[in-house]
Amino acid sequence: MSKNVIASSAVRARKLSADEIAEIEHEMKLYPDKRAVGLEALKIVQKHQGWVSDESLLAIAKYLNIPIADLEGVATFFNLVYRHPVGKNVILFCNSVSCWIMGCDGLREHIKKEVGIDFGETSEDDEFTMIPVPCLGDCDRAPVMMVGSDLHRNLTSEKIDQIISRYRNK
Amino acid sequence: MAKIVIDGVSYEVNPDNNLLQECLSQGLDLPYFCWHPCMGSAGACRQCAVKQYRDEEDKDGILVMACMTPASDGSIISIEDDGAKSFRSSVIESLMISHPHDCPVCEEGGECHLQDMTLMSGHNYRRYDKKKVTHLNQYLGPFINHEMNRCITCYRCVRYYDDYAGGTDLSAQATHHHTYFGRHEDGVLESEFSGNLVEVCPTGVFTDKSFSENYTRKWDLQVAPSVCTGCAVGCNTTPGERYGSLRRIVNRYNSEVNGYFLCDRGRFGFDYVNNDDRLKEAVKQIDGNEEVQSKEKIREVLTEIANGATIGIGSPRASNEANFALRCFVGDENFYSGMSDSEHELSQLVLGLNRDPSFQTPSVREIEKADAVIILGEDVTNVAPRIALALRQSVRNKALDLAKDCNIPAWQDAAVRELAQHERSPLCVLSSYVSRLDDIASDSLIDSSANLANIAYAIANKIVNSAPAAADVAAEYNDVIDRVAQQLSAAKNPLVIAGTSSDNADLIKAAANIARALSKENGTNLCLLVPEVNSLGVSLLSGTKNSLSSAFERIQNGSVSSAIIVENDLYRRASHNEVDSVLDKLSNLVVIDQLPNATTAKANYLLPSTAFSEHEATFVNYEGRAQLSFQVYRNQSNAQSAWRWLSDAEDGDVDALVNRCAAEAKGFDKLGNLLPDPEEFIAGMKIPRQSHRYSGRTAMKANLNVHEPKQEEDSESVMSFSMEGISSQKDASILASSWSPQWNSNQSISKFQEEVNGELKQGHTGAMLIARSETAGSYFPPPTVESTNKLQLALAYQIFGSDELSAQSAIIQERMTDAYVSIAPVDAEARDIKQGDMVELGDFSAKAIACIRSRIKPGTIAVYCGDNQIDSHALAVNIGILKFEDSNTGDGKGKGKGLSGLIVSDLLEEEY
Amino acid sequence: MVNNPLTKNIDMSRPPKDIAAYEAADGYQSIQEIAKGHAPDDVLQLVKDSGLKGRGGAGFPTGLKWSFVPQGENTPAQKYLVVNADEMEPGTFKDRLLMEGDPHLLLEGMIIAAYAIRASKAYIFLRGEYTVSEQALNIAIKEAYERGFLGKNILGTGFDLDIILHTSAGRYICGEETALLNALEGKRANPRAKPPFPQVSGLWGKPTIVNNVETICNLPGILTYGIEWYQSLTKGADHGTKLFGVSGKVKNPGCWELPLGTPIRDLIEGHAQGMQNGLELRAFLPGGGSTDFMSPEHLDLKLDYGEIAKAGSRLATGTMIILDDKTCPVGMIGNLMRFFSHESCGFCTPCRDGLPWVDEIFQGFENGFGNEKDLQILHEHVDYLGPGRTFCALAPGATAPLGSGLKLFKEDFERHIIEKRCPYKL
Ligand SMILES: Cc1cc2nc3c(=O)[nH]c(=O)nc-3n(C[C@H](O)[C@H](O)[C@H](O)COP(=O)(O)O)c2cc1C
Ligand code: SF4
Ligand code: FES
Repeated sequence: MSKNVIASSAVRARKLSADEIAEIEHEMKLYPDKRAVGLEALKIVQKHQGWVSDESLLAIAKYLNIPIADLEGVATFFNLVYRHPVGKNVILFCNSVSCWIMGCDGLREHIKKEVGIDFGETSEDDEFTMIPVPCLGDCDRAPVMMVGSDLHRNLTSEKIDQIISRYRNK
Repeated sequence: MAKIVIDGVSYEVNPDNNLLQECLSQGLDLPYFCWHPCMGSAGACRQCAVKQYRDEEDKDGILVMACMTPASDGSIISIEDDGAKSFRSSVIESLMISHPHDCPVCEEGGECHLQDMTLMSGHNYRRYDKKKVTHLNQYLGPFINHEMNRCITCYRCVRYYDDYAGGTDLSAQATHHHTYFGRHEDGVLESEFSGNLVEVCPTGVFTDKSFSENYTRKWDLQVAPSVCTGCAVGCNTTPGERYGSLRRIVNRYNSEVNGYFLCDRGRFGFDYVNNDDRLKEAVKQIDGNEEVQSKEKIREVLTEIANGATIGIGSPRASNEANFALRCFVGDENFYSGMSDSEHELSQLVLGLNRDPSFQTPSVREIEKADAVIILGEDVTNVAPRIALALRQSVRNKALDLAKDCNIPAWQDAAVRELAQHERSPLCVLSSYVSRLDDIASDSLIDSSANLANIAYAIANKIVNSAPAAADVAAEYNDVIDRVAQQLSAAKNPLVIAGTSSDNADLIKAAANIARALSKENGTNLCLLVPEVNSLGVSLLSGTKNSLSSAFERIQNGSVSSAIIVENDLYRRASHNEVDSVLDKLSNLVVIDQLPNATTAKANYLLPSTAFSEHEATFVNYEGRAQLSFQVYRNQSNAQSAWRWLSDAEDGDVDALVNRCAAEAKGFDKLGNLLPDPEEFIAGMKIPRQSHRYSGRTAMKANLNVHEPKQEEDSESVMSFSMEGISSQKDASILASSWSPQWNSNQSISKFQEEVNGELKQGHTGAMLIARSETAGSYFPPPTVESTNKLQLALAYQIFGSDELSAQSAIIQERMTDAYVSIAPVDAEARDIKQGDMVELGDFSAKAIACIRSRIKPGTIAVYCGDNQIDSHALAVNIGILKFEDSNTGDGKGKGKGLSGLIVSDLLEEEY
Repeated sequence: MVNNPLTKNIDMSRPPKDIAAYEAADGYQSIQEIAKGHAPDDVLQLVKDSGLKGRGGAGFPTGLKWSFVPQGENTPAQKYLVVNADEMEPGTFKDRLLMEGDPHLLLEGMIIAAYAIRASKAYIFLRGEYTVSEQALNIAIKEAYERGFLGKNILGTGFDLDIILHTSAGRYICGEETALLNALEGKRANPRAKPPFPQVSGLWGKPTIVNNVETICNLPGILTYGIEWYQSLTKGADHGTKLFGVSGKVKNPGCWELPLGTPIRDLIEGHAQGMQNGLELRAFLPGGGSTDFMSPEHLDLKLDYGEIAKAGSRLATGTMIILDDKTCPVGMIGNLMRFFSHESCGFCTPCRDGLPWVDEIFQGFENGFGNEKDLQILHEHVDYLGPGRTFCALAPGATAPLGSGLKLFKEDFERHIIEKRCPYKL
């Protein structure tokens, strides 16, 4: 990989933490090519940092010695890599067909009213970011959404209120 | 050969190609976007859909993408089928959904592939009435503009930039209809071949920035076929002029040389031609004062000089005509090549080897076909950039072989890359510091030139015993010597590259030994690079013994007192002190050049010469291929071609001079073949330099004189300064700007090729001047190495900066660096030098910025030999370096550019 | 003998069986059997003979697919098995059940498949949102290594296999097998051109088989209980059982393992207990979002690949989406179009630029701006985005509900235009 001396972005890279490095190193053993670890590394860093900042992106590219531009191409391809800061809890709100039939639009309105956020937005207190997600594969218990890594099913407005307050008070 | 039927007509085609390529080869009009003749198929745009039928009974057929379907024997297809046509018009309608429709202000307008295809595909009425998708643009550096809203997502840019040219800082980002092509953030595109994006992009996303600022529609440019003067590759170009200024350069197809691509020096390095500093009048210089001289007066002066003993110093950047005219003027024995002593000597060595029947000099296209390459000491990317791009293709031959075994056709580009992964044909680079080709090198050996030469001798010896063994080579190299010898021996098409820029005869000799050892039937590919556009031409014209120092000696000892220097700044050829003392000794110095420089400052008579775009000329490239470059427009000052100042005939025409050179100069007998035969043109009609749509011709000078001027006549050329005549379509050998009905973009080139990627119909690719002699030479004996503790000097060339003329173009200057020296960390530490410190060199007069790199041979100091900031000829081979201890180092950084133009992969990571 | 080999161990009210419990229920018997000396080719032949068809959507015969992997001396030594667990087809929720409910079944199946194609490395490509599956699989993989079913020289056969769980980051296109391979390699998940097929040049250019989770989960049963048993499970022309699901406004939405050939009516009116009170069945998508609408008149058809195809749709994933008479069909199709439009990878023109237009038109309908011209454009796009026109099958998938819906719900579309609003909105 080459870099332009003056615009050398490398200077701006943050230092990966020991934990991040250890986890990335673990992934390296699983794939014959380090490029394959790019997405994994993005997810690892996101797990620790909440999102992938430019500095993190550079740090990963540098660590894996893969072109920054390529890594950015991958980072921006996938829904679950956040290239902007997100709230403490990310709500992955399913708005695919079964959930739609089961009334997810109303629930989205409800969240908008109660938490003050729509898709792509973060609440003022930085607690929640809501992102639409394709079918979560739990259509028999629609509507569904995830908060962080937890799945919540058979949603109603009341249930959503409970869930929100639970995460808020965590 | 396969037989296929297209719309009821039977054609003989090559089954290894896809249907799209074969349709185009047959001259049929089938729209496409993502396919590119050099990059194969992607299948992304879906614009090339045709109907394919199972057999003659099948009336329904299915839609297939022509670019993704092999032209197999017995195929029956239809381009004209209604279903196929309506699908193609739907595709173009989709592509135009978010297109800004800004053709009036778009630099691509009038030569836009998208415009052509939109019309050809039959989309004219816009039905989409929703919101368009818009994007933000990026700053991509001084060369390229970015206007993403025009993007049609054909993926050509990234396929070219990353896959073809090996760039790493451009990528596709995001998804669905938000897909974006750019860098990860604003910044200069790093690739030395970024300019080709302008031509690769089928619309106006990537456009030529300097052209945009001086914009003219394609049809309003006056153009002629030209040859790039940036280096010795001699890429074919089409410069375009309007209102007396040169506006841009685009690629001109030559199947053997540059194909479809140029490097950024060639594309963007022309602007010095428009420089206000251009010399305009012949002057007599006395004590800093200038006195304008008439042409008659100059003639008198020259006649007087000719009576006495006069030395003529030619130049590797001057044309054959200029050098030859000078030689005629001063006499063979008084003519000097004007190269530095060592370069003169190395060039003569190169010439000799180029005549040896054991070798053949590969064209750029042949370089692409090499399946094992070794490079000895040349920084190809910075010396002969277009060849570096070719080498990037050569390493893919392994992939193509693997694909063949798996029945994957070569045009299935992504599939071939996927199959091959990191498998590449071997490329071994021997250099004192890491090169820009290292990312594709199978072996990269970094050592001193002397050691590298020995390693190379050892490789030759490993290939055949009869090649003399090297002195001592460190045992650590045994494996790699075995491996490389084996790879080269096993290759069908091995290639050895060396050259004069390494400033080391042993490396060239070692290269010859390796090539000789490989002993291929028609000669082993031995590519010996020289740095300047006519290095080889001037070497052919000058005597072996006529080195610059022998000229200097004659001046110093007083045996001559007059000299004529043609287009050569001697301060780049010898140490400044020496040149000063020699020139001061002369009583009569006539200098002919385009721009002022240190040498012109010393002239008693300074005569302005025309630039490459302002005269017709021939140049000899690194292969010995002579090429003809036409005049594009007339210089409006009193400058004239260098040869014309020296020619005795008042109105001698250039063709006559070319013919005389062919007749009189040894080795130039084929030069005359380059000249088009006027008899071939119907009724003596000339070929217009202006397109049939050229506008404002009669009004262009209305601000000076309201009377419509008579059209300028060109009595010397087969081309005319007008739009009348026989169109260049009819004679592709003089094809400046390709155009064909419905094909206004550069993609029209397929209409002029024998077949896609083939030679131009009627065209010729140049004349090969160097004949192989009957008898082969023999092996060179290996050198004896003296070891030294001092730092060894190596010269570092820069694509942007090391070429004298292009370095005077404003946009190139934006990519240039200040003087720098590369050193290894240990050498820096020993001298307490930090990254970016100012250092003093040699006799401690030259200053430069320290560039500490991890991959440079300790004990080597690579000095940027660019724009004469460092008097490199004054530096000893064993050089000293010292930290520059001045309190205000902060502003000691040269011209304030720092190292911004330097793209190195191994810069030591300290904050700079 | 069992008649529900896929779900026999599954009880979602408790964690999945651990390896011991799994073994106690005939688990890993097939591996023990293979270790007694069955050659890979025998296993391949068995799977071929079983008639198993891929459950990932296309229904391609599994054994036949495996047989395209080049074998022998002059072929690459490294071959890969990849399990497609990227389940993201709208309305599809079957692989999740298998992985959360009985992860060892998948691992056992993978060992069989990898053995048959001689792959020493296998990846499970799991969609990132399936965190419960991820946990279950991680535990199961660890157990299988400890028990010697994975790793080097499995049960003394000389066969090595590593299974690596890869979690993705949410993109429907990653389910397309060649896009999946690009994603696994850490690249943008654009599909690849076929040919060359992954069987010849797949992951890192090596021969690769991609199979769906459910497909793989069929293998342990086939090897343990034999072909005759397997073929006796069915009630129709295709062999074995399959997971069938129902979502939408039915009384008891869910996912059940049923013999192939089960009548649709049994599924919707039996297992799913029919429509919720006050609602009528208007239509249904038989196998996820990329299938054509079917209507109540089709209720007595069998859930077989061929029979559903004859009715003009596809069995595909076998998970049905029910449209009731109070839900707007135009809105439902619009929802699907938005999904497909967003999930287009952006590689080929019709899909990338055609679907967003379609999506925008549906929004127009929803908001009362739809007109006849828009309808015309929708009709054109059915053809324009159809099979063979785009680079992969994503866009053709979208045309299935679009094309069938335009026909079936013609009046609804027209009402949107005439009334300048969605008539289903109060
Ligand atoms: C857009 C698209 C999405 C797909 N998604 C999935 C998926 O999530 N899971 C799956 O198993 N197959 C999916 N497929 C089908 C796969 O490409 C492939 O056919 C399948 O994994 C093969 O497995 P099988 O032979 O076991 O059915 C998808 C296909 C397309 C075109
Ligand atoms: S994808 Fe495109 S141009 Fe491109 S050529 Fe084919 S389909 Fe054809
Ligand atoms: S549609 Fe929401 S979980 Fe399936």
